[in-house]
Amino acid sequence: MKIKVIVTLKSGVLDPQGKAIQQTLNGMNFKKVEDVRQGKFFEIEIKEDDEKKAKSQVEEMCKSLLANLVIEDFKII
Amino acid sequence: MKSSVIIFPGSNCDRDMDVALKKFGFKNQMVWHNDPSIPKSDLIVLPGGFSYGDYLRCGSIASKSKIIKPVIDFANKGGLVLGVCNGFQILTETGLLPGILQQNKFLNFICKNIFVKIKDKENKYFKNIKKDILELHIAHNEGNYFCSEGELKSLEDNNQIAVTYCNENGEDNDQNNPNGAIKNIAGIFNKNKNVLGMMPHPERMIDSYLSGEDGSLFFENLISNFN
Repeated sequence: MKIKVIVTLKSGVLDPQGKAIQQTLNGMNFKKVEDVRQGKFFEIEIKEDDEKKAKSQVEEMCKSLLANLVIEDFKII
Repeated sequence: MKSSVIIFPGSNCDRDMDVALKKFGFKNQMVWHNDPSIPKSDLIVLPGGFSYGDYLRCGSIASKSKIIKPVIDFANKGGLVLGVCNGFQILTETGLLPGILQQNKFLNFICKNIFVKIKDKENKYFKNIKKDILELHIAHNEGNYFCSEGELKSLEDNNQIAVTYCNENGEDNDQNNPNGAIKNIAGIFNKNKNVLGMMPHPERMIDSYLSGEDGSLFFENLISNFN
């Protein structure tokens, strides 16, 4: 089973790369872009048939390795 | 005094640290990250570098190494653990130190000499040190220290801020903040002050011809605090 995870910076945490991307987009004439937040995307292939069990394991992975909860939030999709 | 320097794949300041520790009298040994235990030590050092290529987050993969469990046990028993640069990043990822080192505010890799102000001397690292301001070297892309407001208050209340970026007169304000670190923080302790993480490299300042000697002061003082 494949589980997908998105890890993003918490709101309020400085995202200098997102800021640089936003400014570049503005410079490319995408004038309406007001904010960009950059994140990470993971596809996890897990040997588990039960979706609930798989997601619960991925949640543990997020808390212990994939995300640093000091600055990041994660979403399992 | 015995010290151990842990080598991770991608560490690159491990030999500099070995040279520095031996120069000031430590009997140092190098320990591989996959070893199950650490030889008897008075001090464990996590050196600078790019462990595991900085994949995922700096220090995050190294913080799950086999050797980290004995490092945490050693720290929890009061043993001295020093993390420099990538070593500091690893210590925050293990949870031995609060907060995290984020990418530098202006997205640039910074490699230069800076000054730091010693904020607390009631600890084995800086007790009796002859100076209040040290000139050291930084070389990092992720040195922008960040923590929650609650954690910052706790760091301040317990005098856990070890060193802050400043100028040669000790002014630790925004003008003298190279990477955007909250409150100019360059290094912090854990609550018991046996664990120290800092971005500046004292091991790069131990030779009057090549650099400066404020790193020498740090190591001389550290070993004399053991004796």
